[in-house]
Amino acid sequence: MIVEMIEIENLHKSFNHRDVLKGVSLKVEKGEILAVIGGSGVGKSVFLKHISGLMRPDRGKIIVDGLEVARMRGKALERYRERLGFLFQGGALFDSMSVYENVAFPLREKTSLKENEIREIVYNMLEHVGMQEEGNKYPAELSGGMKKRAALARALITNPEIMLFDEPTTGLDPIIVNNVFNYIKATHQKLGFTGIIVTHQIPRVFTVVQRVALLSEGIIVASGTAEEIQASDNPIVQYFLSGGVREKTND
Amino acid sequence: MVDIVILPMRQLGQFSLGIIRSLGKAGIFLFTALVLIFIPPYKLYRVIKQIRFMGVNSTFIVLLTGIFTGMVLGIQGYYSLNKFAAESLLGPIVALSLIRELGPVLSALMVTARAGSALAAEIGIMRITEQIDALEMMALNPIRYLVVPNILAGIIAFPILAAFFGLIGIFGGYLVGVEMLGLSYGGYFGEMRNMVTMKDITVGFYKSISFGIIVNWVCCFKGYFTGYGAEGVSKATTEAVVVSSVLILVWDYFMASFFF
Repeated sequence: MIVEMIEIENLHKSFNHRDVLKGVSLKVEKGEILAVIGGSGVGKSVFLKHISGLMRPDRGKIIVDGLEVARMRGKALERYRERLGFLFQGGALFDSMSVYENVAFPLREKTSLKENEIREIVYNMLEHVGMQEEGNKYPAELSGGMKKRAALARALITNPEIMLFDEPTTGLDPIIVNNVFNYIKATHQKLGFTGIIVTHQIPRVFTVVQRVALLSEGIIVASGTAEEIQASDNPIVQYFLSGGVREKTND
Repeated sequence: MVDIVILPMRQLGQFSLGIIRSLGKAGIFLFTALVLIFIPPYKLYRVIKQIRFMGVNSTFIVLLTGIFTGMVLGIQGYYSLNKFAAESLLGPIVALSLIRELGPVLSALMVTARAGSALAAEIGIMRITEQIDALEMMALNPIRYLVVPNILAGIIAFPILAAFFGLIGIFGGYLVGVEMLGLSYGGYFGEMRNMVTMKDITVGFYKSISFGIIVNWVCCFKGYFTGYGAEGVSKATTEAVVVSSVLILVWDYFMASFFF
C-alpha cells in the first residue's frame, strides 16, 4: 500500500514582493527519495526549508506524516525535527568543533548514551562515509567533498525518518559527486528513510532517486520516474534536461 | 500633489513601524534568553568557556585602562581639590568615581570593544553559514546554546572586571596622589574608608550586572539577525559595538538617577 509521508499543497512564498513559490504541490511516498531539480534561484532550497519548518509559507499546506508543519510551534516542532535530518548546502558544520565532535554533537545533546557508546556509533558512521581518518580534523582543514561527507554523517547519526538534502553535490568534482550520491544511496538502503534531494546534478541523481520533480518559475511543472521525466515532451523539461540547448517553447 | 503629502507620511510610517518591530523583536529575544536561564538543561561548560573568553581574556586590557584612569583621576582630582584646599578628599573622590561610575562603565566599554564585537561576528558567521539553522534542525534551541551562556557569563564576569578596574584605579590614584604629589597614605585611604559606603559598592555591582546583560543581549541579537554575506556581518558587528556603547552610557544615567 502506498503511504504518503510528505504532502505539499499549493505552497506560496514571496520575499520583498517577489514571488518565489507560486503554488507548489507535491507528494512523497514513505521510503522513497524524490529529487527536486531546477535551475539556480528557482526556490529549491526555499522549498526544502519550508518542509523543515525553518521557513513558514505565505499560503498553502505542508503535511508530514499527518502533521501540518506550518502550524507547529515549540515542543511540537522540536519533536518533529527530531525525526528529520538536513544536509545543508555548505555543510553547516560547527567550525569550533572537530569532525568527531560535530558528528557526536546530536547524540550528546539529544540522547542519554554514554561517551563510549557515542564513540562507537560515531566511528561506525565516519567509516560508513569514508571519514574515519579525519575525526580529529576541524572543518577549516577539510576539502569540499570531505565537508559534505562529514555533514552527511552528522545528519544521519540519529537515524532520521526523513532526510532533506540541499544541493549535496554542488561545487564538487565528478568523482566526489559520485561518491556522495553512492553514500546517500547506500545509507538509504540501510536506513530506509524518506528523502528529498534538491539538486541540479542531472542525470547523475536519477540513479539515486525513485522519482523526480522539476521546479520552474515557482511551480512543479513535471514529476514522475526518471524515465518518465527523460521521455517527457514538456518543452520546459526538455529545455532543462538538454542544458538549454533545445528550445524552451515551440513558438 | 497628493503624492507629495502622502509619500513622506507613508515613509515616516514605515520607518516608525520598522523601529517598533525591531524593538519588539529585540525585547522578545532578551525575554526568551532570560526565561531560558532558569530552564534546564544548563550549558555549564559553555558558560565557563564564555567567562574565560569575555572575562579572563579581558582582564589585562581592563587593568591597563583601570590604572591609567585612576592616575588621571588622581592628577585631575588633586588639581581641582587643591583650589579649595581639600586635597585630603582625593581618596574618596577617586574611589567613589571608580566604584560607582567609571569602573562599571569603562570596563563594560572595554569588554564591548574586545569581546562584544567578536561575539557579534562569531554568531553572525554562524548565521550566514547556516550553523544556527543546523542547531534548529537538531531540535536544539539556538538561543539556549548561543545567547544564554553569554548572558550568564556577562552577569558573572562584568562585576568582577569592574571590581578589578576599581581596585587598580584606586592604586593608580594612590601612585599619583601619595607617591608623586605627596599626600599622606593615611589621608588617602582613611578618608576613603570613611566616605565609601556599602551602598556605593552595591550600586556599582548592579550597574555591572545590567551592563553584562545589555552588552551580551545587543551583541548576540545583532549577530543572530545579521544581514547577508561578509558585508552583513561587518555591519552587524559595527552596530553591535555602537549600540552597546550608547546603551551603556544611557542606561548608566538612568541607574545613576535611580540610585542617587
